[in-house]
Amino acid sequence: MIRDITIGQYYQTDSVIHRLDPRVKLAGTLLYIVTLFFIGNMWGYFLATAALAAVIKLSKVPLGFIVRGMKAIAFILGITVVFNMFLTPGEPIFSFWIFKLTLEGIRTAIFMGWRLILLIIGSSLMTLTTTPTNLTDGMEKALKAFNKIGVPVHEIAMMMSISLRFIPILLEETDKIMKAQIARGADFESGNIVQKAKAMVPLLVPLFISAFRRANDLAMAMESRCYHGGEGRTKMKPLVYQKRDRIAYMCIFAFMALDIFVGRIF
Amino acid sequence: MSIKLEGINYLYGQGTEMVSHALKNINIEIKDGEFVGLIGHTGSGKSTLVQHLNGLIRPTEGHIYFDGQDIYAEGYDMKKHRSNVGLVFQYPEHQLFEVDVLSDVCFGPKNLGLKKAEAEEQAKKALALVGMDESYYKRSPFDLSGGQKRRVAIAGVLAMKPQMLILDEPTAGLDPQGRKEILELISGLRERAGITIVLVSHSMEDVAEYVDRIIVMNKGSVAYDAAPKEVFAHYEELEEMGLAAPQVSYIVHKLRAKGLPVETDAITIEEAARDILAALASKKKG
Repeated sequence: MIRDITIGQYYQTDSVIHRLDPRVKLAGTLLYIVTLFFIGNMWGYFLATAALAAVIKLSKVPLGFIVRGMKAIAFILGITVVFNMFLTPGEPIFSFWIFKLTLEGIRTAIFMGWRLILLIIGSSLMTLTTTPTNLTDGMEKALKAFNKIGVPVHEIAMMMSISLRFIPILLEETDKIMKAQIARGADFESGNIVQKAKAMVPLLVPLFISAFRRANDLAMAMESRCYHGGEGRTKMKPLVYQKRDRIAYMCIFAFMALDIFVGRIF
Repeated sequence: MSIKLEGINYLYGQGTEMVSHALKNINIEIKDGEFVGLIGHTGSGKSTLVQHLNGLIRPTEGHIYFDGQDIYAEGYDMKKHRSNVGLVFQYPEHQLFEVDVLSDVCFGPKNLGLKKAEAEEQAKKALALVGMDESYYKRSPFDLSGGQKRRVAIAGVLAMKPQMLILDEPTAGLDPQGRKEILELISGLRERAGITIVLVSHSMEDVAEYVDRIIVMNKGSVAYDAAPKEVFAHYEELEEMGLAAPQVSYIVHKLRAKGLPVETDAITIEEAARDILAALASKKKG
């Protein structure tokens, strides 16, 4: 049940994509998202889908694993599509009460849904192929310039990596607490909204208490090792661009230029 | 009451590259009134196995029969089953949530649909069984000591009046005194409340003294299923599984290897002392 959420998870395997520098993947994801907002016709979308499919293939993450993660957002996706279909002004094909199904609406809805799916798969592919430590490392290095204007980049990166690190731990904990309460006859599935919300109390109280306890323990452990932030701190494995990273950058820019060209001109 | 497992197989993480065969063809039966110790190294599948017993995990293959009824059959009352087969998890922190001890213990019986007064009555009985008196009723479960929390957690399951109680590592993280108290309490429960008990542990020392039967799990299969004395005779094999027989087993075996004709089936220190003295006496005579 709870393990079906794959967004933000890391998929352990060895592939070209996994070995890429995290900065490349961050920039790639960002540029991919930007590209998606530039394209305006279906050829552009086809190209973007093909590119994503190629990256998935290279990353060796099974498609089933990614699709399973989409289940969690299927609801939001459905709402977006339906709203766009009925609430876009234009030539009505079919109308019912205040709702009008328009040709423009269907067009927008399809593109919007398609774009959302690509967006989510694209960005979850980044977390699926990058360990949280690597990800924040990359982020820290990429944003280093902001340190000069007083942004505590290292601290922010550390907080991010800690929260990412805790996601699987808290998921596992939730699973255990759920089981412990189900064993005492708790029911998290049936009932109306009020009953369901009430049923969450036996789950949330132990979860919060444990999260606070863990945060406290971690703070204590960091303190006792004299942790003092980013100043003068060196890395065991500093990030250095390799040949494959440069090639990847070129591929990303080539894709972006081509896709925007195809997506806007045709 | 009896629970029977037939050909249970469980695969973990299906659909990813990291599939592991957590349980391999498990066939066991636990009868009414038994006190069973389920032993295994970390990752041997013992926790997964007990979660099957009360229906928290569905086996990939195989059947579980409670009193002859398949618990995964359509329309089987799983809520009732979970009150019949109570499962206490390792960490009490995972289940305590109420403002005071009494309300927390009432959670189980209330979920079974009992009225407040009835639920409280059962909760009070359960708390008495674990040795928590009235002075604790209104205290916050979070202010209690580790051992007391564990008692409240056990009471929380006992309040559902189970016929069988499974405890997953009930002594983990307790000091020797606390361990002894909890183990005495559990073994007393069988006599006082007439409950079948399954005690999950990775420590032979813990269970050896109390149980009548030990099931040893190794890498997802049942390695041994016999009386403690028989199981400990395989102390060398147990060591390979990352387990250890009680310390006295080693001593008596070593003494025997050195030529002292001592019995080797002692479990407690007292038994070993008696056997060694007897062997010494007979040696003097002979």
